[in-house]
Amino acid sequence: MPEWLISLIITSVKILIVEVVLLTAVAYSVYAERRLSAFIQNRLGPNRVGPQGLFQPLVDVIKLVLKEDIVPDSANKFIHSLAPGISVAVALSTFAVIPFGDKIILFDREIKLQIADVNIGVLYILALLSLGVYGITLSGWSSNNKYSLLGGLRASAQMISYELAMGISVLGIILANGTLELDTIVANQFGWKWNIILQPLGFLTFLVSSFAETNRTPFDLPEAEQELVGGYHTEYSSMKFALFFLAEYANVVVASAFITTLFLGGWQFPYLQNFGLPAFWVSIIQVLTFCAKVFFMVIFFIWVRWTIPRFRYDQLMNLGWKVMLPIALVNLVITAAFLVLTK
Amino acid sequence: MILKLETILFIVFSAAAVFTAIMMITRRNPVASAVYLIVNFAMVSGIYLLLKAQFIAIIQVLVYMGAIMVLFLFVIMLLNLKDERKLSENFTYTKITAVLFSIALLGLMSVTIWFGFDKKYSELNMNAENIGKAEFLGKELFTTYSFPVLVVGILLTAAIIGAVVLAKKKFE
Repeated sequence: MPEWLISLIITSVKILIVEVVLLTAVAYSVYAERRLSAFIQNRLGPNRVGPQGLFQPLVDVIKLVLKEDIVPDSANKFIHSLAPGISVAVALSTFAVIPFGDKIILFDREIKLQIADVNIGVLYILALLSLGVYGITLSGWSSNNKYSLLGGLRASAQMISYELAMGISVLGIILANGTLELDTIVANQFGWKWNIILQPLGFLTFLVSSFAETNRTPFDLPEAEQELVGGYHTEYSSMKFALFFLAEYANVVVASAFITTLFLGGWQFPYLQNFGLPAFWVSIIQVLTFCAKVFFMVIFFIWVRWTIPRFRYDQLMNLGWKVMLPIALVNLVITAAFLVLTK
Repeated sequence: MILKLETILFIVFSAAAVFTAIMMITRRNPVASAVYLIVNFAMVSGIYLLLKAQFIAIIQVLVYMGAIMVLFLFVIMLLNLKDERKLSENFTYTKITAVLFSIALLGLMSVTIWFGFDKKYSELNMNAENIGKAEFLGKELFTTYSFPVLVVGILLTAAIIGAVVLAKKKFE
């Protein structure tokens, strides 16, 4: 077999595995959300389909596919159908640059556990996150419904505001590592040197901005039920609604993976090399470590949603511009000063 | 003749860029125009990638698609603009001048491309390939070109302050 064909097959297999795992994780984070929220509110949650309701996501998907798809008469048909696609496509392609493991040796061949190793990985994710707003904005506009429009407007203002704080809080890490490559950033976080310990301020602002960027409570103003009926997806039904639902949870999983990669050491298992395990098992443990950290962050996202009430719109903007942005800038200045003084 | 993959991609990206640019200026619906412009930016960033300018490509996506066009859409939606009417009904002096200037620009571009075409790739500046890397670009910007960067910074600050003053009608 020619070399290019082999690398094509390897990349395709990696994409297939990552997307299948990602979509399964998304489906089960919906289930986890419903079960956990039920436990937090002293209810039971879905527990009828399968053991402990574990087949609930499957049934949900079948239900959503079989529902009637209604497009409003006065909607812009093309953009109305396009918007959910944008949301999902952006959410799923963000995972391409996230390293979910170091290297694994299979069939005498060293395989990098990352779909695309680009030298601008951090910027790639930030760019795609900033494109995610189009799905919401365009769906809000094309529905020709005032609630949808308000939801879309809120989403764009909110995401633009928090992108700034998010980008600046990542700058600290980029400065300290001197690179935009995600695999180098993870490789530098060996032992106890996780960025959450080295950059606590950056972690704080990044975490809060991630919640705002994924439109999760306490920042879920684009779909505030009490004010906006359903927000930007009021006029969506059937599978198009399901795509928005999918995109929201895919964004949560991707944001968790991004936080894990940048701040929680990615696939690093502290002091694993001291145990003297064979290389193959080390790789497997590293991938599992990555999955466990992402799982923890997803649970954290859900936990916060059912604990903290929604912000008011002016509070949201004040927090973004007057608290998060200055803290992120202070973090940047401290990091830069530290680097200059210790060099 | 066997086409290289890069050539095929270049043809696809540039054809799509020209097509979306034409669609952008001929649509009556402002949101449709904006969407075509967004796709156009995506295609241009693809062309940057083919030129090995990864950093510039991603900045194109991040700044133009992710920030500026979001604001454009935001404004269009906020003002709830209706479809443009009366696009080609009467000839005014503005339109005649615009056509003349477009022809002049086309001529200028043709001349530039015509005389620049027979230069070989090897004659280009050796730094041309490095320009796509963030490290190289940063180093050049903050050493060789530090003065222009400062001037642009001051200009942008002034522009931001001006925008804030204009937006805030009652400045107490």
